Amino acid sequence: MKEIDIRGAMVAAGRGLALALTAIVGSVTLFVLTVVSVALTTVGIGFLTTPSALAAVRAHANRRRLLAAKWSGIRIPPPYEPLPADVRGGLTGRVERTVLLLKKRATWRDLRWLLVDMTAGFAVAVAATWLIVFPVEGLALAAGLWRVFTDDPYWYAFVPVDSQLTGLYAFALGLVVLAAGLRYSPALVRAHFTLTRALIAPTQEEELARRIERLTESRHDAVDTSAAELRRIERDLHDGAQARLVAVGMDLGTVEALIEKNPAKAKELLGKARLSSAEALTELRDLVRGIHPPVLAERGLGDAVRALALRLPLESEVNVDLPGRAEAPVESAAYFAVSEALANVVKHANAERIWVDISYGEGMLRVAVTDNGSGGAAVGKGSGLSGLERRLGTFDGVLAVNSPVGGPTMVTMEIPCELS
Amino acid sequence: MRVVLAEDLFLLRDGLVRMLEAFDFEILAAVETGPELTKALAELEPDVAIVDVRLPPSHTDEGLQCALAARRARPGLPVLVLSQHVEQLYARELLADGTGGVGYLLKDRVFDAEQFIDAVRRVAGGGTAMDPQVIQQLLSRRSQDKPIAALTPREREVMELMAQGRSNVAIAGQLVVTERAVAKHTSNIFAKLGLPVSDDDNRRVLAVLAYLDRGRT
Repeated sequence: MKEIDIRGAMVAAGRGLALALTAIVGSVTLFVLTVVSVALTTVGIGFLTTPSALAAVRAHANRRRLLAAKWSGIRIPPPYEPLPADVRGGLTGRVERTVLLLKKRATWRDLRWLLVDMTAGFAVAVAATWLIVFPVEGLALAAGLWRVFTDDPYWYAFVPVDSQLTGLYAFALGLVVLAAGLRYSPALVRAHFTLTRALIAPTQEEELARRIERLTESRHDAVDTSAAELRRIERDLHDGAQARLVAVGMDLGTVEALIEKNPAKAKELLGKARLSSAEALTELRDLVRGIHPPVLAERGLGDAVRALALRLPLESEVNVDLPGRAEAPVESAAYFAVSEALANVVKHANAERIWVDISYGEGMLRVAVTDNGSGGAAVGKGSGLSGLERRLGTFDGVLAVNSPVGGPTMVTMEIPCELS
Repeated sequence: MRVVLAEDLFLLRDGLVRMLEAFDFEILAAVETGPELTKALAELEPDVAIVDVRLPPSHTDEGLQCALAARRARPGLPVLVLSQHVEQLYARELLADGTGGVGYLLKDRVFDAEQFIDAVRRVAGGGTAMDPQVIQQLLSRRSQDKPIAALTPREREVMELMAQGRSNVAIAGQLVVTERAVAKHTSNIFAKLGLPVSDDDNRRVLAVLAYLDRGRT
C-alpha cells in the first residue's frame, strides 16, 4: 500500500479551501462584472469598462495558472497574444481594444471557465478540504457533542446521532472519510487544475499560431546571423589568408629575379615566404574552426566538446551519454552554444572547475554546463547568454540559467531532435 | 627505411613521396583511403606509417582509427599521424598504449623538411614526435600549476622540446647550449615535477605527458 502522506493531505486541504474561496468569490465577481460590462457595450458605457474587466479576468486566470504549476506541477500555457502595438489611446482606443478582445476566442473561453470554476471547480476544491475537516466533526460528536442532540437526532451524513453508540458510528464514518481524505485530497486539488487546464489551455489552433509567430521570429534571427557570418568569413579570407598568399607569390617572384644576382637576399625572402604561408595556414585553420570545428566533423558532439574542454585554462569534466549522432546543424548549434557557455565561464565566472553533461532523452538533446564560480549570471542584461538563447531558438531549443549570487552557476540547454 | 603513406589529396601525397625519396626513404605504398591503408599496413609491414587523420571514404578520423587498429594488431608499429589541425584528444589516444613509436604533427611541419624527416626517423626508432602546438596547449593550461610555475623560462623551453620527443643532443643543438647544460636542466625539471629519472628517451616523453595530463579524465 502506498504510504499515506498526512502532511501532504493537510496542505491539500488548505489549498482546496483557498481555491474554493477564489473560485466562489473571485470567479463569481469577475463573471458578473464582465457580463454586465459586455452587455453595456450596447449602450456604449461597456466600451469603457470591458478592457479593464477582461484584464482582471486574465490576471485571475494567470494566477490560477501559476498555482497549478506551483501546487500540482500542471502547466497551463496562456493563450493570450499581445494586442497589436498600434492600438490608439483614449476613447477610440478603448473601443478598438474592446472589439479586438471580444473577437478573441480566448476571451470567451475564459468566461466559460469562470462559470465552470464557480461551480464544478469550486465543488472539487471544497471536496479536498471537506474530506479532512468533516471527520473532525465526527470526532467531536463521539467525544461528547452528541449530548446536545439527545432529543432529536443530528444527522452526521447518513448517521442519526443521539447517543454515545451512534456517536461512535459517526466517529467510524469520520475515520472512513478521513482515510479517503488522506489518500485523495491532493488528487482532488490536482483534479481542480486539470479541469482548469481543459478549459483555459490554448487550443491547438492557438498553439499553432504562436508557434508560427515564434518560428517567423527565429527564422529572421537565423537569416540575419548567417548573413553576418558569411560577411565575416569573406572579410577574414580577403584580409587574411588571401592577402598573405598574394604576398607569398610576390616574394617568390622577387626571389626568381634575385636568385642569381643576390642569393643571400633571395634566401631571406624565401624564409619570409615560408613564414607568410604558415601564417596563412594558421588563419585558415582558425577560420575553419569557427565555421565547423574539425573534431565535430570527425567525431561528433561528444568528442568535440571534450576537445574543447581540453583547451580550457581550468579543470574540466565532460560526461557524454549519447546513443547516436544528431543532425549536423543541431550538432553544430549545440557545439557553438556549449563553446559560448564555456567562454562565458572563463571570462566572467571566476571558476576553478567546469562540469559539462551531455545526454539525450525523450526527443531532447540536453547539455548542462556547471561551474563553481561566483554566480549571478542572468539572461538579458546584454549578456552573451541572450545570444545563446537566440541561437538555440532557431532549433526550438531552450536555455535555462540557474545562477544564485555566490554560485554555482548551471546553464542548461535543451534542443528537440532525433538521433541516428 | 620503408614507409607506407596514406594521404588523400594528390598534391600533398605527391609532395610527401618526393620529399621522402629525396631523403632516401623507400615508399612501399602511397594510398588514399582507409581500407587501402589497413590492407597495406597488414601486408607490407613497413618500418613506419605516415597517415593523414582524415581519409576517404568516410572523410572523418578514419586514418587515425586505422592507425590505432594497426597498432593494436602489431604493438609498437611506428605511426606518424599528420593533420590539418592538432587536438590533444587525438594525441592522448595515440599515446594511450604507452609503447611509443608515435608522432602527431600538424601538416605545416613538412615546410621544414629536415625537421620533419627528423621526426619521421624518431618515430620509426620508437621515440615520439608531438607537435609543439599540443605541448603548448598542455603547458598553457597547466601553467597555474605550482610545479610548472616553479620552472625557469629556460627550463620551460627545455621541457617543451623534451615533450615533443627531442633527445638531449637535439635540444642542445636547438637551444645552442652544451649537452651537459641540457642534462642539468632536465634533471632539475624532473626533480621539480617529481618525475622518476629515466634514460629512455621515449619513457621520458611519456612521463612528461603523464604529468601534464594529471588529474584529467
